[in-house]
Amino acid sequence: MSATLFVQQLINGISLGSLYALIAIGYTMVYGILRLINFAHGDLLMVAAYAALYGMLLFSLPWFISFPLAIIATGAIGILLDRAAYKPLRQAPRISLLISAIGASFLMENLALVLIGGVPKAFHRPNCFSHVIIIGGLHIPVLTIYSPLVTLLLVLGLLYIVFKTRAGKAMRAASRDFEATRLMGIDLDRIIALTFLLGSSLAAASGIMWAMKYPQINPFMGVLPGLKAFIAAVLGGIGNIVGAVLGGFLLGLFEILIVALLPDLAEYRDAFAFLLLIGVLLFRPTGIMGEPFIE
Amino acid sequence: MGNSFYLPRPKAAANPAGGPTAGLKRWLNAALFFLLFGVLFLFSHYGSGYQVRILNNIAIFITLAVSYNLINGVCGLLHLGPNGFIAIGAYTSALLAMSPAEKNLNFILSNVIWPLNVIQVPFAVSLIAAGAMAALFAFLISFPVLRVRGDYLAIVTLGFGEVVRVVCNGAQSVTNGPLGIKGLYPHTNLWWSWGVAALSVVVIQRLINSNYGLAMKAIREDETAARAMGVDPFRRLMLGFLISAFFSGIAGGLLAHLITTISPGLFTFLLTFNLLIMIVVGGLGSTTGAILGAALFAWGGEALRVVEQPMQIGPLTIPGIPGMRMVIFSLVLLLVILFARKGIMGRRELSWDFLFSKLAGSRRAKTPS
Repeated sequence: MSATLFVQQLINGISLGSLYALIAIGYTMVYGILRLINFAHGDLLMVAAYAALYGMLLFSLPWFISFPLAIIATGAIGILLDRAAYKPLRQAPRISLLISAIGASFLMENLALVLIGGVPKAFHRPNCFSHVIIIGGLHIPVLTIYSPLVTLLLVLGLLYIVFKTRAGKAMRAASRDFEATRLMGIDLDRIIALTFLLGSSLAAASGIMWAMKYPQINPFMGVLPGLKAFIAAVLGGIGNIVGAVLGGFLLGLFEILIVALLPDLAEYRDAFAFLLLIGVLLFRPTGIMGEPFIE
Repeated sequence: MGNSFYLPRPKAAANPAGGPTAGLKRWLNAALFFLLFGVLFLFSHYGSGYQVRILNNIAIFITLAVSYNLINGVCGLLHLGPNGFIAIGAYTSALLAMSPAEKNLNFILSNVIWPLNVIQVPFAVSLIAAGAMAALFAFLISFPVLRVRGDYLAIVTLGFGEVVRVVCNGAQSVTNGPLGIKGLYPHTNLWWSWGVAALSVVVIQRLINSNYGLAMKAIREDETAARAMGVDPFRRLMLGFLISAFFSGIAGGLLAHLITTISPGLFTFLLTFNLLIMIVVGGLGSTTGAILGAALFAWGGEALRVVEQPMQIGPLTIPGIPGMRMVIFSLVLLLVILFARKGIMGRRELSWDFLFSKLAGSRRAKTPS
């Protein structure tokens, strides 16, 4: 492989990884507090993509209004998801909670299928995101540059909320010890709602960028990115926000580079992430940034 | 597994007042089998093709649900990869039972690899091979899978199912890729499907009632305590995993020879989701619950076709809504898990003891002494 091609793939990998990173944060935050894989998290990508598209199509909103509105709407749906499907099961066995999450995920996908139809819709990319920059043989769509930058900004904002505000302190406390936090007089329902709001909004931002990157959207578009982002969260050490970001970037690079280096295996691309997951769980179940298990 | 004597054998169920004796229960079981035999005989001779198809579906779902329940309900592990085992069984059975000439017709893009291009075995052998192949894969993945619990186990098994599907898509010279395998001989009839269903119910029920089953339930309730009592979780769970995969594989073979066309798209996570609905609605941990859930699902799936077809009510035509069935199924799963977590049966079994005690209870209620 030529050096140019390698750099090109490297850039592609970072761009894809930044999208995984944004989704992975939502998984890791919810897991940190509720100890739950929010299976429906990936479907929020789909919700955001459709919301943004319909904002532009039906209401003729410009993208800089439609996108934030879609992100807010998705955040609200994230809170609703918790209230409807997870809150009644706080005291239930974990297996019930997981089954509920799977049910919620299928419900969202199939509701979208019934309401919108299964035919993939073209996502109209605003013109300012369609340029391609050519530097010395490298073809770089501006989107590929924007998505890591947006991710970086959002992550910095999130880190500020989590580490510098009172609500963030309460979130960290809840992920350390749920019961003790409740005893300290902290309203956990509000903290959980905030967690879902933040996680879902980040997933929404990722979903919109995903839709611009692969501009064919359908009701099941969130499933595979969702699963892979979860793997990224495990890779980085579940419960750790910086780990999730790192895991996302690593997974994106890993996927792109393995296909670039071994083009014969391109068909198996979707299997690599899961093999990576098995490898991580076998050799370092706590992930890169995770703390050692306390049994 | 020589150290299986540390658990007391389950005592014969205490005979509740008015309960059936062991001899009577044996007769009742025989009568039940005879009844099933009669019903199948009637349907195989006089039933319509549609009815036979539904009955076959029910039997295959029963096999799948009962073996899935062994892991999810009895062992308490949220296993999300049975679609992988079903796919392995279906492809194994299909490739072995098909004649080499037919295989050559199917494989257009690339030739089928040796030795699949020369062998053909009887259907029964192909089914056993399907089960064995699924069990072999279960053995291989049990090492990473059974090291983890809870959500991690769920996502690893889900990943396994996905990997199997992706490999089925990619491995052209074994599975014919996305084109799938067409024109299988419809070997599966009522005797095959219900015979396998009955066998799987009997084997798995006996396993659940044995020392091994007790150990599995102990692990489900409290793994640390079970370990302290000398139970080796890895070996017990592995046994459950293998037996579950074995029957899932056989059911996959039956499924392949029922619908006569298989492709990777058939074995997505949706299949697992459907099985999950069956065992949750029936009651996680109950074999008879799984049977009820499977029958309800097969029947309900057909009954709900109404919502996807246009309806004529007087002068009004209500258009059918394609895809509505899955919305209803997802809602049912959510509502059951939120409001009736135990499902129909909970962890109880619809046994003769249970039925007799209910009968005795209602009789007592009617005639107060």
